[in-house]
Amino acid sequence: MIIDVKSLSKQYSGKTVVDELSFSSDRPEIIGLLGPNGAGKSTTMKMLTGYVRPSSGTATINGYDITSHPMEVKQSVGYLPESNPLYYNMYVREFLCFIASLYALSDVETKVEEAIVKVGLNSEAHKKIGNLSKGYKQRTGLAQVLLHDPSVLILDEATSGLDANQLHEIRELIKHLGKTKTILFSSHIMQEVEALCDRVIIIHQGRIIRDGSISVLKRIESQLRNLSLELLEPSKNIEAYKNLKAALAFDTDDFKNINISFKDSHDIRPEIFNTAVKNGDIVIKMELADQSIESVFQKLTKNT
Amino acid sequence: MIQIFRKEFNAFFNSLTGYAVITFFLVVTGMFMWIFRDTGIIYTPFASLDPFFEFVPVVLLFLVPAITMKSFSEEFQNGTIELLATKPIHSYQIILGKFIANALLVIMAIVPTLLYYFTIYQLSDPPGNVDHGAIIGSYIGLVLLAVTFTSIGIFASSLSDHQISGFLLSVLFIFIMHWGFYYASSTPFVPISIEITLQKWGMQYHYEQISKGFLDTKSSIYFITVAWLFLQMTVWVVQYRQK
Repeated sequence: MIIDVKSLSKQYSGKTVVDELSFSSDRPEIIGLLGPNGAGKSTTMKMLTGYVRPSSGTATINGYDITSHPMEVKQSVGYLPESNPLYYNMYVREFLCFIASLYALSDVETKVEEAIVKVGLNSEAHKKIGNLSKGYKQRTGLAQVLLHDPSVLILDEATSGLDANQLHEIRELIKHLGKTKTILFSSHIMQEVEALCDRVIIIHQGRIIRDGSISVLKRIESQLRNLSLELLEPSKNIEAYKNLKAALAFDTDDFKNINISFKDSHDIRPEIFNTAVKNGDIVIKMELADQSIESVFQKLTKNT
Repeated sequence: MIQIFRKEFNAFFNSLTGYAVITFFLVVTGMFMWIFRDTGIIYTPFASLDPFFEFVPVVLLFLVPAITMKSFSEEFQNGTIELLATKPIHSYQIILGKFIANALLVIMAIVPTLLYYFTIYQLSDPPGNVDHGAIIGSYIGLVLLAVTFTSIGIFASSLSDHQISGFLLSVLFIFIMHWGFYYASSTPFVPISIEITLQKWGMQYHYEQISKGFLDTKSSIYFITVAWLFLQMTVWVVQYRQK
């Protein structure tokens, strides 16, 4: 098992931030840790990298326990913290050589040059970190993660704040790395995870509420669909819509604009049309909401 | 540890900090030594460095916190502590590396003042008629004092994310540790019986003991213990702040 998290929990002054988290991975893959801000993603990552001590539970990385063998864990993990902290007064190469020396690597200079090439920093490697653009700072952060060629990468919001071009390049890089390494990638943005990850773990209030491949999640999404209906006049017999067998959820404020959720396996539109005809309501719009994985996420996190 | 030391030490001399510290120290002590009438040795009939060793702790009271104030507060403020703490090194290695780099800079500022010793040596009549033992003892005392001040400064810096708070706390702690016990012992509330005992808690007493010229083992152990204690407390603070 490369990553094996068992009932990992963290409490801060009585408040549970991470609650009995368990998941594992035994192969190179990109796992998206998805959740709203404050869901416990960063705390989980901080625990896995040995920065924060868990309140209870534990995890192993490459067979090493994070609490009893933190040094071995740190040796086999590459961690990019959320804010991408760097020493702005150091030069890129100087900084990377410093980080490499902390891993007691042999042939530091070759490894630094390799990392620079891997993340595409060549043109900026002679500069002071403080003078780099945000995208290049992010690359410097990624380079320091790759120096010791770890088998596990933990990247906390690694793509936040990048422009479209930078985003594309960094994503490609992470995807490429994901072929040989197990990557834990956190984000609060759906599209990020959708674009990058093979597997998604949705965290809400410190608990895992879904763990599966992107396609499985999309299936959950497709099980429920939303339909928005607009009538010319407020319906006099709103109950008729509500009582439709296939309608799972029903919501209206003014009896004119109606939202209905139904199972995708059964198209509800003909029934709605017939009900409207029976009621004498004039339908001016009937639209199936184009559900993104975002809405699944919202649904999942709202219901818990 | 050596990597952290190297990084910290290089940072002093890659910026103006290192040069500014040494210049400041030499200019201030030089003025006290040779220019100001109250403390200048050329206005006294004695070939002695005593005035230098008396005022130098006051200079260090402000100089050492200025050097150490950013050592941890900056790491916490920029989040780079997370970078260091997730690398395969122990927190005590980080702290020791920083401590040695900072202490070495302070010692580097002190070393050129050996020139004052040489000057006194030449000025005395006949040349060389100075109390060598007292001067050597005083220098050892001064180095021990500077190193202990540095450990207090490093500790104060770990308490806050802000350099200014680190500086002020550091000045306060150094003042208490060096002068505080002496002043406290001379207040009317303190019974005479414990006056000396209270003074022995402070650094000033031990600094003076060593300055007398015989290397006082007890006082040396005192300095080493205080320095170690503050470094140990820094380890606790740094670990606690990671939660």
